Amino acid sequence: MLKKLFPFLKGYGVSSILASLTVICEVLLEVYIPYLMADIINIGIANGDVDFIIRRGLLMIGMACLSLAMGALSARFAVVASAGFAKNLRAGLFERVQGFSFANVDKFSTASLITRLTTDITNVQQSFMMIVRTLVRAPIMLVAATIMAIRLNAELATVFAFAIPILGIFLIAIGTRAFPRFKAMLKRYDGMNAQVQEDLIAIRVVKAFVREKHEDARFTASAEAVREAQIKAERLLVWNMPVSQYILYLCMIAVCYIGGHLIVAGDMLTGDLMSFISYITQILSSLMMLSMMFVMLVLTRASAARIVEVLSEKNAITDDDADASLSVPDGSIEFRDVCFSYSNDPSNLTLSHINLKIKRGETIGIIGGTGSAKSSLVQLIPRLYDVLSGSVLVGGHDVREYKIKALRDSVSMVLQKNVLFSGTIRDNLRWGDENASDAEIEAACRAAAAHDFITAFPAGYETDLGQGGVNVSGGQKQRLCIARALLKRPKIIILDDSTSAVDTATDAAIRKALREELVGTTTIIIAQRITSVMDADRIIVMHDGQIEDVGTHEELVERNEIYREVYESQQKGVA
Amino acid sequence: MPPVPQGKNAFHRPKNMRRTFARTFACFKAYHFQLVLVLIGIVLSAGANVAGTYMLKPIIDDYIVPWIGNADPDFSGLIGQLAIMFAIYTIGMGGTYLYNRLMISISTGTLLDLRKQLFTHMQKLPIRYFDTRTHGEIMSTYTNDIDAMREMLSQGIPQFISSAISIVGTFLMMVVLSPLLTLVALAMLAVMLLITSSIARRSGRYFKARQDSLSQVNGYIEEMIEGQKVVKVFCHEKAVNSAFSGLNETLTENTVTANTWASLMGPIMNNLGHVTYALTAAAGGLMAVGGLINLGSIASFLEYTRKFAMPISQLSQQMNNVMGALAGAERIFDLIDEPIEEDDGDVTMVNAIRNAQGTLEECAQHTGIWAWKVPSETEESGYALIEVRGDVRFHDVTFSYDGEKTVLKNVSLYAKPGQKIAFVGSTGAGKTTITNLINRFYDVQEGEITYDGIPIMRIKKDALRGSLAMVLQDTHLFTGTVRENIRYGKLDATDAEVEAAAKLANAHFFISHLPQGYDTVLTADGANLSQGQRQLIAIARAAVADPPVLILDEATSSIDTRTEAHIERGMDQLMKGRTVFVIAHRLSTVRNSNAIMVLEHGEIIERGDHDDLIAQKGKYYQLYTGMFELS
Repeated sequence: MLKKLFPFLKGYGVSSILASLTVICEVLLEVYIPYLMADIINIGIANGDVDFIIRRGLLMIGMACLSLAMGALSARFAVVASAGFAKNLRAGLFERVQGFSFANVDKFSTASLITRLTTDITNVQQSFMMIVRTLVRAPIMLVAATIMAIRLNAELATVFAFAIPILGIFLIAIGTRAFPRFKAMLKRYDGMNAQVQEDLIAIRVVKAFVREKHEDARFTASAEAVREAQIKAERLLVWNMPVSQYILYLCMIAVCYIGGHLIVAGDMLTGDLMSFISYITQILSSLMMLSMMFVMLVLTRASAARIVEVLSEKNAITDDDADASLSVPDGSIEFRDVCFSYSNDPSNLTLSHINLKIKRGETIGIIGGTGSAKSSLVQLIPRLYDVLSGSVLVGGHDVREYKIKALRDSVSMVLQKNVLFSGTIRDNLRWGDENASDAEIEAACRAAAAHDFITAFPAGYETDLGQGGVNVSGGQKQRLCIARALLKRPKIIILDDSTSAVDTATDAAIRKALREELVGTTTIIIAQRITSVMDADRIIVMHDGQIEDVGTHEELVERNEIYREVYESQQKGVA
Repeated sequence: MPPVPQGKNAFHRPKNMRRTFARTFACFKAYHFQLVLVLIGIVLSAGANVAGTYMLKPIIDDYIVPWIGNADPDFSGLIGQLAIMFAIYTIGMGGTYLYNRLMISISTGTLLDLRKQLFTHMQKLPIRYFDTRTHGEIMSTYTNDIDAMREMLSQGIPQFISSAISIVGTFLMMVVLSPLLTLVALAMLAVMLLITSSIARRSGRYFKARQDSLSQVNGYIEEMIEGQKVVKVFCHEKAVNSAFSGLNETLTENTVTANTWASLMGPIMNNLGHVTYALTAAAGGLMAVGGLINLGSIASFLEYTRKFAMPISQLSQQMNNVMGALAGAERIFDLIDEPIEEDDGDVTMVNAIRNAQGTLEECAQHTGIWAWKVPSETEESGYALIEVRGDVRFHDVTFSYDGEKTVLKNVSLYAKPGQKIAFVGSTGAGKTTITNLINRFYDVQEGEITYDGIPIMRIKKDALRGSLAMVLQDTHLFTGTVRENIRYGKLDATDAEVEAAAKLANAHFFISHLPQGYDTVLTADGANLSQGQRQLIAIARAAVADPPVLILDEATSSIDTRTEAHIERGMDQLMKGRTVFVIAHRLSTVRNSNAIMVLEHGEIIERGDHDDLIAQKGKYYQLYTGMFELS
């Protein structure tokens, strides 16, 4: 896991190291201060040497100030390093997700990807800051204070030889036992939040069926499960503090006892005992810091694991072996014995053994029931998914031979679930062509029957769409998406049920414009309405992942039962 | 889950501090006894810490130093003192464990109560509340705000109290040990407080900038990931990456500035503690030379200077956490205080049976006949029973969501029992609003809606909604099995009833082809089913509810027309004997309605059955023939 995250330190490695180094300096200075204090007692007071006391006092204050400077520097370095690390990680993850194929995006849900990019990164950032400072600080403090204690009096320090291993074993034992419990708790916690989310989304259903009490009961059950898991996890962790404190206090007592004997026997000075006690306090506080960081690290480990999961996700579609010089020569399409499965499972085929040839410039309609794999079929053309077996050819070449950008620039697709982005209408349309002139934009909008409603807005093409295009109706959104796709001037254009919210007259106008404007462009139209496809050169009837029939409207009405049924279902009542 | 900017509570203060604090405290009312124990535990724990350190003085001064050089020292006194120390620390440890353990029960219990309160209350809020807020906003109450509370309860408050006790106790002991040295410590304390408050002020300023750019970055991430498939289709990855890079850079700059100030606090406080330690050692040394203090006192005092610095820096950190948590608590209370759906209806719905005289009588078991139980003074029994038949009428209804833009204008219509009424019109014409009004998701502002002659304002909402079943355009299914999802319409439906409903909706076929049939578990948004299949399940869910009135809001829009034609018989079966309101884009869906209302800009511009409307050659005619314009 760490190996995956390590490269993201790039550019901030020096800051991270400096943060750790300065914190080590800080610790060493801190640890040295009690040692000097012993001199004040042992030499200064014993000899009544005021000068010595003042000099030692000033030295101690100077060291404390230096230590402060080191601490402040370390804080600054740690902030720079952690913010930079988070920046790299965020950018890396974002880029990674941008590179994902549709299959990858389907695997993680959108919501979970967003959480990983936001909450999880913030968690990791905070922990990283802790790691370069506290996680370095605490063990160094532990070691340095122990060494100083041994230097003061090795005999007395044997106390630590018993205490520290016992404490260490105890902390590790608690930690390893608590970790799975915390994981279990986090899982339940996520489950509970998912339930709230679900309830929020479906609140109309809940209310319409008067199921508030039912939902309450479900929520109570999961909230109680969270509580139970939380108690179970924290009940264990709660031992950390008192036990580590207690062990150190027992050390203190032992040190006073043994130290008392040593001092009385003249083998040790009183000042040394006092410094020794200071070291016990320092060791204690470093141990407590370590155990307090435990929960934080558990939480982060879950976040880091979620991030790494995205990072290690193998991109389902790559174009590394593609020929960079190859461009799509024309808009012909061929499916050769294509099988496709979303789960890459030959026994669970979405499309099976599709054979189909489409000539350049042809207009193809696709009709088929819900779940007949119409969308799956066309998504293979711009290589949004890869075939399981067989091949898809565009312009005479297998789609896998092209660079993805070359292929997709030539194949414009209007998705069924389409999205507009915040920004003006013009900004959104420019997605199709960044350099499109105003005249070109207007022409595309006229073809998509969008120009009239756009100019009816007070701000016209400068109308701000708001996030997700909330300021336009469903039909308007679909027309803007079509205009955006047209601006690409593609060799192939695919409309996947893209006019479902547009009224029939406008739908017809759009198709007329497409026919006139896009001469030579292969057009594929998926539709529910027969009228949307009946004037196509050929119509494909899809059924259950297979091509049931191909023909013109007249032919299909004549011979294909499914087509006829669809046609009749829509025409019934028209006298 | 739409993410909510992290750490938004940092440096946010509650608007009404005192009220929120009192209210937060009131959350513990079930735990008063435990809280007293917690307090005792904290006092023991912090007290032992202070007292144990004091023990160094007598140990050194009275039981070690006097024996130095003595060939035959008597250590029984030392052992006695150490035994006392042992006892003190043992009690302290008991106290620490006790309060920490109790706090777990208290905090988890309080959080459970709060969560339950939040959720139960949220369920009662009007639809308007949900329509005017994003899910992320509401979710953040459950996640961020509750989390801040949890942190405050389990760590903040105990640490706060413990720090306060330590500071007071340590201070007292310091005064006892040496008033002169205490002055040194106090002077340093003043310096610490000055620095803390100036840093807090500064970092507060920069945190605002950090939060703003964080929400910008997160907003961009959200938008681009949601539109990721579009980004891919347009090969816009590079452009998106570079735009993101700019935002990311700004965020990093602001984070560095804001976090630098915040994280300076720790080392500064810690090292000022060392300065105090050094000053005390030197000053103590000088005093000892002058005979003003003995070694044991210096030893104890030095330990106290450390104990003094730690809780002060903790206190300043906890202060921010507590403030943040209180701000979160305030938002939680705001939600809990949000006015719930108004429901002053007194008419309920009961099972009824027709007796020998042909009049209705209330009965306990399910009979298939439902009656409105209307309180009435003229009746002997105190109420009248009116059969639920599904007669819905709109009398001059005018409605606006925001009080400005009128969505429905003087709409009057009637639906007799068993009739099918359809609404046709473009997006925003007010079709869905009509259904929102029937089940009182929103209340009419002018005019009246009656149900079997009873104004719906008089009917209890549960009863009203129980008599209606809705199938919405966006079908929301719940995590659980297919069977559970269908059963949502009627919680006590038998497996046979569930299957019958599924058959009616033509969903049985595909369900039985799912890997586990009716026991197939659906994921959160039913992602493993197609939109059309989800709608079929939603229709089955309405079917199993078996209500007198059915509302279909674009219920079949995602089902292809052929499948729709196939389920038509099932749908007819489902609609038989019920009053049905249908909203549909597809005119083939509404053709056989008793009446079709064409809505435009909130007004009914045409009404009549299919043949009437075709004959009128108005808007409906245009829409309908537009369908075959090209043929």
